[in-house]
Amino acid sequence: MMPEAGHYALVLALVLALVQAVVPIIGARRRDPALMNVAASTASAQFMFALISFGALTASHMVSDFSVANVFENSHSLKPMLYKITGVWGNHEGSMMLWVFILALFGALVAVFGGNLPATLRANVLAAQAWIAAAFYLFILTTSNPFLRIANPPVEGRDLNPVLQDIGLALHPPLLYLGYVGFSISFSFAVAALIEGRIDAAWARWVRPWTLVAWIFLTLGIAMGSYWAYYELGWGGWWFWDPVENASLMPWLSGTALLHSALVMEKRNALKIWTILLAILTFSLSLLGTFLVRSGVLTSVHAFATDPARGVFILAILIFFIGGGFALYAWRAGSLKQGGLFAPVSREGALVLNNLLLTTACATVFVGTLYPLALEALAADKISVGAPFFNLTFGPLFVPLLIAVPFGPLLAWKRGDLLGASQRLIAAGLLALAGVALVMAWSWGGPALAPFGVGLAIFVIVGAVSDLVERCGLIRKPALALKRARGLPASTWGTAFAHAGLGLTLLGIVCETTWSDERIATMRAGDQTMVGGYSVRLDGFAQRHGPNYREVTAQFAVARNGAAIGVMEPSKRNFVTRGSATTEAALMTRGFSQLYISLGDLSADGTIAVRLYHKPLVLLIWLGTVVMVFGGGLSLMDRRLRVGAPRPARSAKALQPAE
Amino acid sequence: MPFVISAGWFRAALLAAMLAMPAVALAVQPDEIMKDPAQEARARNLSRELRCMVCQNQSIDDSDAPLARDLRLLVRERIGAGDSDGQVINFLVARYGEFVLLKPRFELHTLLLWGVPPAVLVLGALALWVNARRRRAPASSVPEIAPLSAEEQRRLRRLISDDGRGK
Repeated sequence: MMPEAGHYALVLALVLALVQAVVPIIGARRRDPALMNVAASTASAQFMFALISFGALTASHMVSDFSVANVFENSHSLKPMLYKITGVWGNHEGSMMLWVFILALFGALVAVFGGNLPATLRANVLAAQAWIAAAFYLFILTTSNPFLRIANPPVEGRDLNPVLQDIGLALHPPLLYLGYVGFSISFSFAVAALIEGRIDAAWARWVRPWTLVAWIFLTLGIAMGSYWAYYELGWGGWWFWDPVENASLMPWLSGTALLHSALVMEKRNALKIWTILLAILTFSLSLLGTFLVRSGVLTSVHAFATDPARGVFILAILIFFIGGGFALYAWRAGSLKQGGLFAPVSREGALVLNNLLLTTACATVFVGTLYPLALEALAADKISVGAPFFNLTFGPLFVPLLIAVPFGPLLAWKRGDLLGASQRLIAAGLLALAGVALVMAWSWGGPALAPFGVGLAIFVIVGAVSDLVERCGLIRKPALALKRARGLPASTWGTAFAHAGLGLTLLGIVCETTWSDERIATMRAGDQTMVGGYSVRLDGFAQRHGPNYREVTAQFAVARNGAAIGVMEPSKRNFVTRGSATTEAALMTRGFSQLYISLGDLSADGTIAVRLYHKPLVLLIWLGTVVMVFGGGLSLMDRRLRVGAPRPARSAKALQPAE
Repeated sequence: MPFVISAGWFRAALLAAMLAMPAVALAVQPDEIMKDPAQEARARNLSRELRCMVCQNQSIDDSDAPLARDLRLLVRERIGAGDSDGQVINFLVARYGEFVLLKPRFELHTLLLWGVPPAVLVLGALALWVNARRRRAPASSVPEIAPLSAEEQRRLRRLISDDGRGK
């Protein structure tokens, strides 16, 4: 009964989306408030039904209703409850359900918080949002129905892929989808602006918080996925330039560009057409990511061709929205007026440079990811594009971008003073040079580029800090600094944190890739080995039983300079139902660095293959992204930008009841 | 319930349990490592540039597939036989085709792949330059402002009249 109710709710959501896709646009044309207001109610109702539908699927998983094919294929009665719930989106059908659920959520949020939008803009935005929702409801209902029943229900399920039975699955996909799908709002705003043929600074002010929210979630989602891969896959890699990762990196790059260009548009009324284009592009790349991951085209072009129903449907969605978006853009962009002149050396100029480099980086990832697919499909020629290609092309693009980052916030709008900005960055520059010299002396004869990487990271971090120091006058008038610091807009702090976070991530990347120490050894109980200055001794093995697996763990005693500092217990898990196994690496955190041990094969003579790593400052990679996200959050707190309302604070007070 | 193994007889049972598990091998196995550290370092660097053909975009250095192991051993064999890095790569390409390279060679069929990033950068910069020049030219610099609609006029009046305090 429950799955049928979920299925029915999904159909109702589709119907509501169709109404929402048509009626408000007519209303906006005729300036009929009644018709326009349909959008807000349908968006909320649509969310209700999407919630019911998603809830029904989740409930089926929680009670292990194996008469539902989706539950049977991806669950097991012995699976811990957390994984029963996260298993909902650990498969194709369920992940698409999560997609539309979040899409409906965002639509409802615009309806609720968009009260201060001009009525026609709100109607058009929600209508555009409904077009996307309708397409995906149709996709699920026709090709990926998660509510299908099995005629003769089996007693037990097939269990979830063991690699996915991890807390990572609880966080990574929802965060990533909140990011992907969040960009649909920017897209809908762009489409609405093009339909109306009007766009102004206020539009940018409304779009920016939504873009920022999506960006925050996407950043967290990517970082979370990276950390998950790092500890789960067992060999300590954290970024693989895998097409699936690239699919999420592309919208991140263009979304980051969009954040910055929307800033120019809001403050200076310039770059309008470009901002609209980026908004369309960013969501197009999110759709492309969904297509790449969901159609099976990545495994092989041929796999896609043999079971094309889903792939072709998503491809049609892709063509419709991307093609439609760009056609609308080509048709209407001419009617948008450009404004706001600026000199090449100015805040605007710096943000344009940021956009140029980010867009090029995005194009690089795009061509690197899709070229092999295109070549195979069109010319039956197989090539591979992997990490060495991206390191060579993507890396050099980020160097000028990172050098430019500290300059941007120091330049004035309209016409900036490059010399003045450089003077204010002298401290950062000197510290960076000192860092380069120090690292060079310490690692003499080592990798030639690494010291410069460290120097660049220091420049970015200290540069972000010196912007704050400058703005609150810490050096000129220290007495007033605290007061002025408090008076700075939250978005200024946000910028500084976001940029400093970028520097931290860079520092982590440089240190981890350059000075990571690896030891591959065959050990037996009592053996000892050294890695990164730590001595590690294998003490013995133990066997454990988990809820749906058996595992063998190895105990390693870790010591530094003769003093014991702890025990590490990597393990190998064998999952009974699927007959597959996972390696669970053991991690020990020392400051921002980590020791990492994962197990290989046990051979008949009682020895075991072991991989040990010492990864210096590796945690900074993810800590940096968290700092970036914190900066984004601060910007979001900025009263001038808060989602919902640039409403004066005193009116809120006036509305409070007397106590 | 965890318990540490001490009794010797139990080790056999444990061993049996582990051997019964499907192999989750490490990428590089201890027995593959070459005696000469310099040669081993070269082998590792080469391994990162070579694709495990049965895997999804993984290098043979990262992959635990049997084929990747065979390729790693092959690379080490060639290095041991005195091949230069270029010779090892050529040997593998001759045997398995260009698919084995994670960084495709710059050739006619990869022209677009290598050409797009610099082309986007250069064309983008050029477009910006042209745009900036055109915009610096006088006239047409005053943006036209669309007149407010009746509804917006009303909203404006309302906002002005109550001093921006909303309701």
